[in-house]
Amino acid sequence: MTTRSRKRRFTFRYVLITLLAYVIAFFFLLPLLWFIFSPFNDHATLSVSILANPSLANFGEVLDNDLAMRGLLVNSPIIGVGTMLITTLVAALAAFGLSRSRLPGRQMWTYVLILFSSVVVGTASMVPIFRLIFEIGLINTHIGVILVMVGGMLPSAIFIMQDFVDGVPRSYEEAAMVMGASPMRIFRDITFPLIRPGLMVVGIWVLINAWGAFLTPYLLLRSPELMPAAVTFYRFYDEEGSPQITLIAAYALLYTLPVLIMYLIINWRYGFRFFGGIKS
Amino acid sequence: MQRGMLSRPVGLLFLAPAIIFIAVFLVYPFFSIFQMSFTNTTLVGVNATNPQFVGMQNYVDLFDSDQWMRRGEMGFSLLVTIQFVIGSGLIGQAVLGLFIAVLLHNRRGFTREVVFTLAIAAWIIPDVVVAFAWFAYLAPDGTLNNLLNAIGITGPDWLFNYPLVSIILFNTWRGAAFSMLLFSSALSSIPPSQLETADVLGASNWQKFRDILLPQLTPYILTDLLLITLWTFNTFTPFLLTGGGPSYQTDVISIFTYRIGLRFFEFGKGSAAAMVVMIINLAIASIYLLVSRSRRARA
Repeated sequence: MTTRSRKRRFTFRYVLITLLAYVIAFFFLLPLLWFIFSPFNDHATLSVSILANPSLANFGEVLDNDLAMRGLLVNSPIIGVGTMLITTLVAALAAFGLSRSRLPGRQMWTYVLILFSSVVVGTASMVPIFRLIFEIGLINTHIGVILVMVGGMLPSAIFIMQDFVDGVPRSYEEAAMVMGASPMRIFRDITFPLIRPGLMVVGIWVLINAWGAFLTPYLLLRSPELMPAAVTFYRFYDEEGSPQITLIAAYALLYTLPVLIMYLIINWRYGFRFFGGIKS
Repeated sequence: MQRGMLSRPVGLLFLAPAIIFIAVFLVYPFFSIFQMSFTNTTLVGVNATNPQFVGMQNYVDLFDSDQWMRRGEMGFSLLVTIQFVIGSGLIGQAVLGLFIAVLLHNRRGFTREVVFTLAIAAWIIPDVVVAFAWFAYLAPDGTLNNLLNAIGITGPDWLFNYPLVSIILFNTWRGAAFSMLLFSSALSSIPPSQLETADVLGASNWQKFRDILLPQLTPYILTDLLLITLWTFNTFTPFLLTGGGPSYQTDVISIFTYRIGLRFFEFGKGSAAAMVVMIINLAIASIYLLVSRSRRARA
């Protein structure tokens, strides 16, 4: 008797949890329905019509918009990849330096920097950064946008990278040092190849963030032909300022796909290792 | 020879590029904001090249008691921000994230994958895209109202009639994945034997949550609340959904600072607003640090 009743309770609980889980799943899914179906509906409005005739006409029109395609295929990749390469390299060097030298209070410094980068952020720091970039003549250039974004993402990137650098066995590096290799050579030929997973995780994390960044390029760039996709997204508005919904839907999908694919790759290869050291 | 492989100068050499970036793009802006907040600097005109020292005038303007709580002023914006942070950060993201993590703890398979994938998709899709998707979702004839119509309710124009509720829902949806991932990786480090023992002793679900899971999650909860409070406090994404309106009802502090400093190019006043924001950020961080330290001292 007891086993039977216990078993039934378990089944009921299981079904209840599953139901609750799908209620939550719907909460997350509903706002995305429009984003999933409208790109393929050439009469798309703000409401979702799932059964409309599927069509690729919207994509054709987006492909004809030169500035939007330039944003997607040229400017976003330049800004994203540029930010990724510089941040990853600088963070790897810094993590190596922090990990392998006897600098005082290294734990505290990374913590202070993380805190600092969460505090000096967003619109608050954009006023002096705007003026700084304006004064050194990098306003309306990709390099200006890239440098600003590298500065903002470095503390977190160093923080994530440290876990990986700390995991490299010292014996390899010490052996190389005994053989007379310079510190730079040790970093380049031993540590750097061994922290490849860390470089991937940090790199993709930076790339996803830079790909989605709106405020920094919006404020620091002026010419339409330099704007990344996050900003050219707003090109699909007609003269009265109403959105051309069909084109926005198709562009949104094209713009999002790279990020989703990158997420799938990182999840498949490494799982989510973003939270290695997070614990107060 | 555990830590001292590089001499201190060589170590610093490896750190140099990072130090330069952080000095130029984090430390310099901080001091620049501090200094500018006492001047009447603007983008163009006489005050652009020869700004004058105006003492506390910008701060006095921001805290002017006649204006302070009017729509579009700082006090009003802070009030909106507090509701936004409590609603979407502390209650929305942290509680929903914890709920999902606990609900699907020890579950494997399809259901868990579906929930996690959708939550993470909401979290990583770029700002401008989710903002527009939500604009369509909440439109008078959008998905939400179509659903409500189907069960016989005529939905309102959400962004016009309930703008603050709308951005709270939006931000909850947007960010819950972070807490969910943080808590579920924390939960996976709790030995299953503890829960099994509780099962044998006949503990209820609530008892198991309160006496086993919650105490071990507390340090993670503090970290989560700290990060989420800071992020929600500083997020600019609601701007893409409402622009701070209608009539300043969603004028959260980041939108306020943006409007003063970068749309009107009143750098002096904008910097003063930014200083206030950063001081509040520091206060939030300090409170959490104090709480976590006093917890550890007791333990």
